[in-house]
Amino acid sequence: MDLHEVQAHMNEWLQEAAVTFQKVPGSAVLIRYVRSSYQNDPVRSAIELVLVIFFIRYLLAPSYSTSKQNYVKLTEDEIDELVEEWTPEPLVALPTVQEEAEMEKLPVIVGPTGPKSKLANGKTVTNLASYNFYNFNANEQIKEKAIQTLRTYGVGPCGPPQFYGTQDVHMKTEADIASYLGTEGCIVYAHSFSTISSVIPSFCKRGDIIVADRGVNYSIRRGLEISRSNVKWYTHNDMEELEQVLRKVVKEQAGKKLTRRFIVTEALFEMTGDMNNLPKLIELKTKYKFRLMLDETWSFGVLGRTGRGLTEAQNVDPSQVDMIVGSLAGPLCAGGGFCAGAKDVVEHQRVSSTAYTFSAALPAMLAVTASESINLLQSNPEILLQCRENIRLMRAQLDPRSDWVVCTSAPENPIMLLVFKPEVVKARRLSVEDQERLLQESVDETLANGVLTTRLKCMPISQHTSLKDGVYTVNPALKVCITSGLSKKDIEKAGVTIRHAITKVMTRKTNNKLGLPAA
Amino acid sequence: MPRKLTNPFATSTMTQPSKAAERRPSQSKGNRLAGFFSSKSKEQQAVQHHQGVSPQMTASPSPLPTISLSAANGGELNTDEMPTTLFEPPSADEARRQERCDSQFGPLLDPSHLYISAHQGKPLEPPVEDEPPYYFVLTTYISYLLLIAFGHARDFFGKRFGDKKHYQSLKVFNGYAPLNDDFDNFYVRRLKLRLDDCFARPTTGVPGRYITLIDRKSDDFNRTFKYTGTYTQTLNVSSYNYLGFAQSEGPCADAVEECARKNGLSYASPRADSGTSELVVEVEREVAQFVGKPAAMVFSMGFVTNAGSFPALVSKGCLIISDELNHASIRIGARLSGAVIRSFSHNNMEDLEKKLREAISQGQPRTHRPWKKILVAVEGLYSMEGTMVDLPGVLALKKKYKFFLYVDEAHSIGALGPRGRGVCDYFGIDPAEIDILMGTLTKSFGANGGYVAAEKHIIDGLKMTNAATLLGESPTPSVLMQILTSLRMITGELVPGQGEERLQRLAFNSRYLRLGLKRLGFITYGHDDSPIISIVLFHPGKMSAFSHEMLKRKISVVVVGYPATPLISSRARFCVSAAHNKQDMDRILAACDEVGYILQLKYSTGIAGGQEPLPEGVTPEMEKEWRKANGLEGVIKPPRWKLEDVVARGAQDAKQQLR
Ligand SMILES: Cc1ncc(COP(=O)(O)O)c(C=O)c1O
Repeated sequence: MDLHEVQAHMNEWLQEAAVTFQKVPGSAVLIRYVRSSYQNDPVRSAIELVLVIFFIRYLLAPSYSTSKQNYVKLTEDEIDELVEEWTPEPLVALPTVQEEAEMEKLPVIVGPTGPKSKLANGKTVTNLASYNFYNFNANEQIKEKAIQTLRTYGVGPCGPPQFYGTQDVHMKTEADIASYLGTEGCIVYAHSFSTISSVIPSFCKRGDIIVADRGVNYSIRRGLEISRSNVKWYTHNDMEELEQVLRKVVKEQAGKKLTRRFIVTEALFEMTGDMNNLPKLIELKTKYKFRLMLDETWSFGVLGRTGRGLTEAQNVDPSQVDMIVGSLAGPLCAGGGFCAGAKDVVEHQRVSSTAYTFSAALPAMLAVTASESINLLQSNPEILLQCRENIRLMRAQLDPRSDWVVCTSAPENPIMLLVFKPEVVKARRLSVEDQERLLQESVDETLANGVLTTRLKCMPISQHTSLKDGVYTVNPALKVCITSGLSKKDIEKAGVTIRHAITKVMTRKTNNKLGLPAA
Repeated sequence: MPRKLTNPFATSTMTQPSKAAERRPSQSKGNRLAGFFSSKSKEQQAVQHHQGVSPQMTASPSPLPTISLSAANGGELNTDEMPTTLFEPPSADEARRQERCDSQFGPLLDPSHLYISAHQGKPLEPPVEDEPPYYFVLTTYISYLLLIAFGHARDFFGKRFGDKKHYQSLKVFNGYAPLNDDFDNFYVRRLKLRLDDCFARPTTGVPGRYITLIDRKSDDFNRTFKYTGTYTQTLNVSSYNYLGFAQSEGPCADAVEECARKNGLSYASPRADSGTSELVVEVEREVAQFVGKPAAMVFSMGFVTNAGSFPALVSKGCLIISDELNHASIRIGARLSGAVIRSFSHNNMEDLEKKLREAISQGQPRTHRPWKKILVAVEGLYSMEGTMVDLPGVLALKKKYKFFLYVDEAHSIGALGPRGRGVCDYFGIDPAEIDILMGTLTKSFGANGGYVAAEKHIIDGLKMTNAATLLGESPTPSVLMQILTSLRMITGELVPGQGEERLQRLAFNSRYLRLGLKRLGFITYGHDDSPIISIVLFHPGKMSAFSHEMLKRKISVVVVGYPATPLISSRARFCVSAAHNKQDMDRILAACDEVGYILQLKYSTGIAGGQEPLPEGVTPEMEKEWRKANGLEGVIKPPRWKLEDVVARGAQDAKQQLR
């Protein structure tokens, strides 16, 4: 084939291509655009062309993988050999003797849970290990409502909220919580523990900044981990350090693109039981323009005159807190959790919060139970007082009177966390494991005397890079949950039992090698 | 303590929020919301709901949807074979009760409408994926491009000149970065909002055979909705109610009521504190027995079962190989575990093997140290595709590559297998071959929650290390009782025969509907025995159109598009239930037939099935020869059956191998 023949063919082909191209709708516009822009600015057209080519190359490029970087090429036989040789570790390590013993001892409740619960071993014990603070579990009226709901809705909603799982009862519960708290909106999740773990990553993305209290609970840590945001920490409940961190963030970020910034903390801390200083938080957050995510899981239904939580207790307008997360599964004796806030905060979660969109809705009867419990709290704030009175009585038995433990919880927190006094720890050189063992012995001893308590459970803090410097050693603690369902006498008796049990354990010969406490 | 309380239930529930607001008049926001919810008509309706003896019936304007659509054929069945109860009711009350029962769980019309869900030997083939004509793919892309271009243009101008209210959360405001400004958010505002009235439709009552929707309308393009105060009862092919246990009466509800009366509503404590009850121990024992594992543990949510179990199983230095279509909960769990995550293409065993060989031979990235463990995570039945995991294929690889296998049976437990015990049962595989069997109790059991079943030492280990057990709330008594009763019904321990019937009805309905849709000319996704049937719609606009057209015909369906599916294959999903009967399936087919014409949804080329039946005397084995003899080799006609033929032949053909 001659060169000019090729050329002729080429021309012909080009012509054809041009004709077909012109037939494509919109081609005229493209041509006009190219022509005009070329006349005005050939360089620009060239750049655009390069960009287009780059774009196409980018699209066609195989997705790169980091693992290929130091890839060792092996023959099939070698691979087979390696496969043959490889032996995995066992999937789950066998439980240790201590863990097994603990599992054996796990109390099994027969029948309803209540201030007095029957255990599988036939004993009836005073139950101070449950979040049933107001004994709503025994409330016949709530039960009746729930059963009516069962007879109208069945049990499960059989689908996620976005796909026909939203029932009118859910909307009502959401409205009830919003009007109870005084926020614009509210969204109800099916599981309380997963709520904040899902709320955080739905707002905080890579590149955003989160400033968190070192003492936050495991749920929050999970959320922080998933969010992949830039997490900074401040010492537990130290508002001065918080301010320093905030100031530093603002300084570092000055001039850069504005990213979302959050403060994440708890109202009543799960791990230490103490209370946050909300007015100060609000002041700081407003000053440094951070958003505040407040986990009220342990304070909703507990603090304040009618149980609305920290905002009510410290007289803060709830609309100043950007996201309030709480639980319906604890003292309310229902199930699920919620996040309350402004309207777009709530609506945003409905599509982008994984635990909401990818999980079935809350069973209708539990949603109704939550509404009813809130109703009860609002109309009978005296039960909160009754519970607080019981807390006071119990505290009087334990905190000042015990030689061994102190209570780290806030005075109004029905979950009393009792940790060893620092001087005890020091005198006896107690490691964290020692403390846990001693506390477990105390729990066993208390149970043997008819009072069910428990130990603060905590999860090992993960080794993920983002959270590495958020290490926080949780003080092992005895957990005593107060309920208004017990009489004054019962509470005092239980308090004495607990105190004596601790003393007994601590003065046992086997535990007493290192002598008595200095105090 | 409760003795001291005054009766707070004296007032009706629905008026409560407005009452609460009155007490605190300063809170205008709460007030507005409360007002919104106590609008006159809604309130009255709802009060009826809470207090009426049979609220569902009083609330819905038409007790049973008309079946006019399938009148040509469904009607016949109706007169010939309906159980006599409908025609000789002893009283109006009794009739109403029966009607209510039937609206939750339809009567079986003919004993032949049953089928046993089981694998038929041969290796599991991936379902044939049919492609629509090129034109549809192209126009779909163009639709998206247009949507995106318009969206950006509107954002551009909106942010500058638009209504402040709608754009404030997108802009830097008062020194705060916008709360949500990424592509997801753009997608939600500019694309999803257009379909929003197809999502999160509020419902009331039992999500059984029928589901009652609360009617709403929007005057501002789906930004807000108003409730019209009316209700529509629709045929429900949207809930994951595979075995029809979403019922407010019957053995389950009775047991749950008794349990709630006895045990209250909550254990109000995590499992590790005082939330372990005799009931939960019993449920765990029965679940373990049911799935065929020595031990099990249950959780109060399926999502957290996954999200909590992966971190307890694997950690840094381990590898998770996950199917690319795995559920979000698996992905979250995997991320929380700290292990390295890789994915393989959906149900593709070759790709999985390739990934395994590479992983084992290369070891960990950079250090090349061998992996501590490799965990392969798959689902039993994929909820968007309707495909089943190729379990025999995975197990063959497992023997060679010694990985651990985690099967999420969220949708397959109860829905597959001759005894309803999930994929193992379906393929006739000993559950001992799988390390971890996870599933949810939300779907087939009509309850809530999830379980993990494995060897005893694994479960013991998990109990000590799973965050959801140590810190999360324990399942409530009523949910546990629902699980227990429905489980016992499936095994036949309670009401013998009924569980079996439910399983076989589900299998029949699934095959019948799938075959019918194929024959009508739709492209369906998934394996033949799967109760999840998706039909592809392609154009984003057709999603809302399809949903509306079906709603007009009183059928509620789920439509899904990007990002839950690949960009072009938007789809409508039917979740078949044992509560449906053939008449319901025919109604869906009739509606799809009509809507398919209106919206041009009949894309099928025939390669994926829906072919004409073979002539008399020709068995499937002889098909090849027969085709050769008649010169029909390679001839595939796009199936466009007439509705009457589909309905007439469906019941018998659904029990043969589908073609
Ligand atoms: C595969 C899979 N796993 C887990 C879940 C979560 O279950 P649940 O709705 O009980 O939270 C789902 C639910 O959609 C699912 O499809």
